[in-house]
Amino acid sequence: MSDQFLYAIEVTMNGLMAGVLYALVALGFVLIYKASGIFNYAQGVMALFAAMTLVGIMDGQVPFSHLINAAFGTKVHHFGWHVPALAAILLTVGVMVALAWMVQRFVMRHLVNQEPIILFMATIGLAYFLEGLSDLMWGSEIKKLDVGLPQGGSLWIEDMTSGLGSDNFYGFFIDNLDIVAAIVAVLLVLALMAFSNYTKEGRALRAVADDHQAALSVGISLDFIWVLVWSVAGFVALVAGIMWGTKSGVQFSLSLIALKALPVLMLGGFTSIPGAIVGGLIIGVGEKLFEFALGPMLGGATENWFAYVLALLFLVFRPQGLFGEKIIERV
Amino acid sequence: MFYREAGDFSTSYPEDSQTFPIKFDRIRYYIVLAIAFLVVPFIINDYWANAILLPFLIYAIASIGLNILTGYCGQVSLGTGGFMAVGAYACYKFMTAFPDLSMFINVILAGVVTAFVGMLFGLPSLRIKGFYLAVATLAAQFFLVWLFNRVPWFYNYSASGQINAPEREVFGIIVTGPNTAAWASYLFCLIFVTFAAIIARNLTRGSTGRKWMAIRDMDIAAEIIGVNPLKAKLTAFGVSSFFIGISGALFFAVYLGAVEVGEAFGITKSFLILFMVIIGGLGSVFGSFAGAAFMVLLPVALKVIGVDVLGWPTDIVAHFQLVIVGALIIMFLIVEPHGLAQLWRLAKEKLRLWPFPH
Repeated sequence: MSDQFLYAIEVTMNGLMAGVLYALVALGFVLIYKASGIFNYAQGVMALFAAMTLVGIMDGQVPFSHLINAAFGTKVHHFGWHVPALAAILLTVGVMVALAWMVQRFVMRHLVNQEPIILFMATIGLAYFLEGLSDLMWGSEIKKLDVGLPQGGSLWIEDMTSGLGSDNFYGFFIDNLDIVAAIVAVLLVLALMAFSNYTKEGRALRAVADDHQAALSVGISLDFIWVLVWSVAGFVALVAGIMWGTKSGVQFSLSLIALKALPVLMLGGFTSIPGAIVGGLIIGVGEKLFEFALGPMLGGATENWFAYVLALLFLVFRPQGLFGEKIIERV
Repeated sequence: MFYREAGDFSTSYPEDSQTFPIKFDRIRYYIVLAIAFLVVPFIINDYWANAILLPFLIYAIASIGLNILTGYCGQVSLGTGGFMAVGAYACYKFMTAFPDLSMFINVILAGVVTAFVGMLFGLPSLRIKGFYLAVATLAAQFFLVWLFNRVPWFYNYSASGQINAPEREVFGIIVTGPNTAAWASYLFCLIFVTFAAIIARNLTRGSTGRKWMAIRDMDIAAEIIGVNPLKAKLTAFGVSSFFIGISGALFFAVYLGAVEVGEAFGITKSFLILFMVIIGGLGSVFGSFAGAAFMVLLPVALKVIGVDVLGWPTDIVAHFQLVIVGALIIMFLIVEPHGLAQLWRLAKEKLRLWPFPH
């Protein structure tokens, strides 16, 4: 096998791994969209907020310390304890549930029956609010997140594959973290499917997704379901935040992955969980291969726009995405 | 007391269908114009021009443009920053290629180029609707910014990758470059704002605007009553991009003077202008002005209160600003989805009856 071909395979595999991470974010979108028809732009910022909270709790930071110091002239920064990763994750899940309740209570309940575009814009407002809030609470500097996930290239895969090419080929380089992320994503999807198929709450959730009014009339509480959905989306955001945060540090750019998840959703369709996964993989592989094959010719950094243009071209031929429900319009 | 139509009789059709049918409105409009053109230029200084008036005027053009597309024609666009970049770079290319051309013509040509680019990216809107279109316009945003970053022809192969506005004149008065007087750049922008507002107002009152609104309210129904969706959507994209292109050109040439595309015309700019349109009021020219004024004044006011009065560090104030902007957007959507323009309309209704509301 020629080295060039092997490199292409390596790029493809790395693309698959990146795609898994995109899919993780896209999953949060699909959950909320299916259950409430809200296109939640704040999903990426929720990931940022969750990761910041996790780091803050683990390091024992005092929330709003900068603000308190500025307002009262004190000098508090840390409580001086360190919380173990697992406990911190559980606490963060609690924070995300509280956040879900507040979003439902103070924002979404007042916007019932509004047009989807108004709801979308409300979530943009929510994104700004959360972004400012997480900076106020935990400070805006780049933080290191380490919950004990393995990092760095996998030596085992490198050793196993180095014999395939010529002497210049050192084997496939795949980050251990990406492998963990892929496994976590698969587990998460399986867990979500089991949840929505085999539990009472999950079935209620699917009922709401199908038809709000019918669900109401058989006695399902919409309020509760929406809090539940936002909590689950918050949990997915936390998982995505942990993966991305471990990979590239917890910082503002984390919230921008939400924008990358959008073309993933368009490819897969807004309403399909498998669609989010497949769309993520297509985008991940597509943009890495495109950069590998044509990037040097076009001046590089094609990853910035490739996903969007691919999704745009794709939508012109199939407006509802790969797995989305067919859009039927009636007058 | 003053604001009512009683005793204000129209005796001809043109009089009845004029933009401001109520006399008080009309007089107020002329007074505002007179102050803007005849008083402000004499008392303006550099701080007021650069911190408040220029950004307000330029963003007002951009939000009028986006309002035509989103507010009147119902096509949500997140590519405003990208289209502003097209205007800025087109203006730059015209400025450097034809040094003797009047700056007026440069800016208008930049608008025309942007209009064509906008129509090109508007083509998918015929098949893609709603959210899908909003995301599709992101393709324009990211692709255009990347293009201006990576293709050296656009920035004339300058080493820094920036574009710098050279000195250009209108009727012998310098309007771009570092030696511009505050009043000159203010008046230059004001002229464009005035014409943009008049054109937008009359377009949306006429048959073109009615077609846009029909498409916005229900596109299939509009098609059935004989509105050509291709024509309506593409004209909306064209006119909207024309204004956005002009504002991008002014933003670069008159306001900033030097531009790095990712920083000046990134995705945050698209959102900023979308917020102006939402807060100001979808489907209202006055709303575009109100939204632009609000979003320009809010950071300045917060900075004055936070940094100068309370003495807080600037980064905390910047974070507060995000929180407040986010909360305000949500609040506006809950309390008044039609924005400041609707509040203004309600105030006018109340004024008509005041002081005897019953």
